[in-house]
Amino acid sequence: MKIFFILSVFLTASFATTATTLVVRDKLFSKAIQSAKPGDTLIIKPGYYKPRNVIINKPLTIIGEGMPTIDGENKYELFTITAKRVTIQGIRFINTGKSTTLDFAAIKAYDADGLCVLNNRIIDAYFGIHISNTSHATIVKNYISRTSTENSETSIGNAIHLWKSDHALIEQNRVSNHRDGIYFEFVTNSIIKKNHSEKNLRYGLHFMFSNQDQYIDNEFVNNGAGVAVMYTHSVTMTGNLFANNWGASAYGLLLKDIRDSEVNHNRFINNTMGIYMEGSSRINFRNNEFNGNGYALRIQASCDQNVFEKNNLKANTFDIATNGSMVLNTFEKNYWDKYEGYDLNKDGFGDTFYRPVNLYSMIVERIPVSILLWRSFMVFLLDRAEKNFPAITPENLLDNKPSMKPYDFVSSRK
Amino acid sequence: MTAMLKYVLQDVLRARFVIFYTTFMLAVTILLFQIDGDSAKVVASLLNVALLVIPLVSIVFTTIHYFNSYEFILLLMAQPINRKSVFLSQYLGVATSLCLSVLIGIGLPALVFGAVSQVLPLLVNSLFITIIFVSLGFLASSLTRDKAKAIGISLLFWFYFTLIYDGLLLWVIYTFNDYPLELPTLILSGLNPIDLSRILMLLSMDISTLMGYTGAFFKSFFGSNLGMIYAFGVLSLWAVWPLLLALRRFKQNDL
Amino acid sequence: MISFHRVNKTYGKLKTLSEVNLDLKMGHCYALLGPNGSGKTTLIKSILGMVIPDSGEIKINNQTILGQFIYRKQIGYMPQIGQYPPGLSMAQLFDMVKGLRPEVRNTDNELIETLGLQPLMNKRMYSLSGGTRQKVSAALTFLFRPSILILDEPTAGLDPVAVEILKQKLVEEKKAGKLFIITSHILSDLEEIVTDMIYLFEGTVRYNSPVEDLKTETHEASFAKAISSLIKNQDLQIKELVTP
Repeated sequence: MKIFFILSVFLTASFATTATTLVVRDKLFSKAIQSAKPGDTLIIKPGYYKPRNVIINKPLTIIGEGMPTIDGENKYELFTITAKRVTIQGIRFINTGKSTTLDFAAIKAYDADGLCVLNNRIIDAYFGIHISNTSHATIVKNYISRTSTENSETSIGNAIHLWKSDHALIEQNRVSNHRDGIYFEFVTNSIIKKNHSEKNLRYGLHFMFSNQDQYIDNEFVNNGAGVAVMYTHSVTMTGNLFANNWGASAYGLLLKDIRDSEVNHNRFINNTMGIYMEGSSRINFRNNEFNGNGYALRIQASCDQNVFEKNNLKANTFDIATNGSMVLNTFEKNYWDKYEGYDLNKDGFGDTFYRPVNLYSMIVERIPVSILLWRSFMVFLLDRAEKNFPAITPENLLDNKPSMKPYDFVSSRK
Repeated sequence: MTAMLKYVLQDVLRARFVIFYTTFMLAVTILLFQIDGDSAKVVASLLNVALLVIPLVSIVFTTIHYFNSYEFILLLMAQPINRKSVFLSQYLGVATSLCLSVLIGIGLPALVFGAVSQVLPLLVNSLFITIIFVSLGFLASSLTRDKAKAIGISLLFWFYFTLIYDGLLLWVIYTFNDYPLELPTLILSGLNPIDLSRILMLLSMDISTLMGYTGAFFKSFFGSNLGMIYAFGVLSLWAVWPLLLALRRFKQNDL
Repeated sequence: MISFHRVNKTYGKLKTLSEVNLDLKMGHCYALLGPNGSGKTTLIKSILGMVIPDSGEIKINNQTILGQFIYRKQIGYMPQIGQYPPGLSMAQLFDMVKGLRPEVRNTDNELIETLGLQPLMNKRMYSLSGGTRQKVSAALTFLFRPSILILDEPTAGLDPVAVEILKQKLVEEKKAGKLFIITSHILSDLEEIVTDMIYLFEGTVRYNSPVEDLKTETHEASFAKAISSLIKNQDLQIKELVTP
């Protein structure tokens, strides 16, 4: 069966003329691009296309009308962009080829400064959007997911993948069922905002060597291992939700070798571990909400000069776990729901300190099976004794000014 | 037997202590719901009541009731009825009354505050614990003819199941740390009804978020049909074997 | 009738019944006497099946009672101390006991009337005095018109009027040819009723014969004096125990 393509070729605004509509065959898809002039706008009419690999090597705006479908027939990479100032908008990409050596993607771009990818749907791609060596890329409102149930990490690529880029904006995308939802490596001065990343096999966001970035108001839910931020300095993480990341090595947020960063106004809900951090320094954690996590925070001994201030810790099984005895981090004015002190001078802060490290958490850490005795009367007595006469838990790891009441972050941020 | 049961029930339900016990649980539960609207936290707090207070009250009340009813049991024994019916009517009377206390004390507030589904696992476990410790109370009573001694044995049972056993279990876990302990601990936890109940409760509460490999094993086990049959089977065994032993002693002993 | 054939019972090292042989006949009223710990209560409880002998056999109307319970239809038992479920009202108590034997329609409610229990029917058992509870015990004993009556210290705690009423009842029932076994410390209370005397000491039957024979033997006219005289005339062991 022959498949016809309806392709409209517009002259762009710079030429300010009317558009012409072309009916072309499959193989002529590339021809349309060849014949277009830099800066032209191509409108793809509603339909179903199988163009094989399309190479876009000049600045073009390609807009789908009524969400046309482009099928890679499980064999081909779809759009390969090698030019600057390309815009791809309103197209449904499906079934790219899968190759571990070539990293096939629905949209792959390199050296494509000013790339704009808007409102596309990418289903069953190996990689969704794969960008390298690009400045000022804008990736907004795309939906990227897989329907396949095949779940090995090697046969699935990332949904949004950026390598060695800068000044990117990733906003309001929904990504799911990929290896990593959003992958950043050597991407600097960029913003990741209001994205929703869910049910990815590995990380909702995987972030390495990417300095001076911000990620704000994103939701990372039910990913295999949560979110990993590694080998980076000067990151700002604000207003994000990290929820329901369950598993032996699943974290709401994994911080490894991070320094001089801000973690504010985030919510960590029902994770096996809210935040796991090692080798990290000079990070401020303020106004975060930790609720219903197995461990709210796990701070390895290699962390220092971090400040935890005015956070809410509620209904977590264990508040803080650590493998060190030295106290190199500061805890102050946090609300701990397990605090049982009093406030005689009515300044809103408890008059006695709070020790957030539970003895039993240290036992559980060494012998996971012993979790079975959690909440037994014996463990309660052990913990009471340890709280009053610390022998094993770090004596000086304490919050000197625990807040009597939980903070209301919702209204304070608005 | 049903004729006796009816009156044993009427008697026990009017006991000042049972009324106090019901009121106490009712007050605690309502208070917890009012202090904290989060029913998960309420359940966590009630867990302590369920695992400490309920066994203690059930076993001690049973023992005291048995000895206070001793003379009356003698009177009944002079009637043309067999010992088994006398014994079972006493058992069912006490167990039913204390279960009613639990249902009213915990179940009713849960109903009022609209948290039945969250409280249900706790309620089911509390009922099991009640029945099991009433059985153990009758066992303690059948072991001696002396009231004070029987109360001592009851307290020892309670102390053993709430504290000593867990200490031993922790010691075992600590000592044999290098071996795979999932299956042994699963079996060992079945030897203590309080532990088994607690684990069932934990799996519906915070442990699920906490669990790495070990928890995954228990969660998948108790989450399966087989696991549920095992758990409630073992709990039922705990209700039945002390009762049968006590009944045997009651039938053979001189009164 | 009740017969004991070589009945033995030991609690630990203590022999409470030793080779007891007895034949208790209908129409007789036996006074069961003996110092504390002589085995009186054990004897009574073994008839009721509450105590199971180590060896020997107890038969009622030539039927062994071991492992049986139906035979207790014939027995009325009045315990020394009547403890009742404190939460029940007296009416509930009577209903409950009647409920155990629904086949007996024509219950004997005479003592409920004569002992004045009827007005107290709605009182809870915990609110009743010891004497009233004893009256309840007495009323329950006769409720099912049993042919064998076992009364353990029936007059203890009763006021003189009630004692008199109870005695009247006993006299009447005796006339009907029933078998009585009564233990009592207050010997004078039994005078008019008792036909036979059984004296137990350290688990053995030391004396068992009709009161008339006893009176003749001891040359005493009254029952109480005859017994005292009997005890005096027994061997040293008994004297040591009886005289403080």
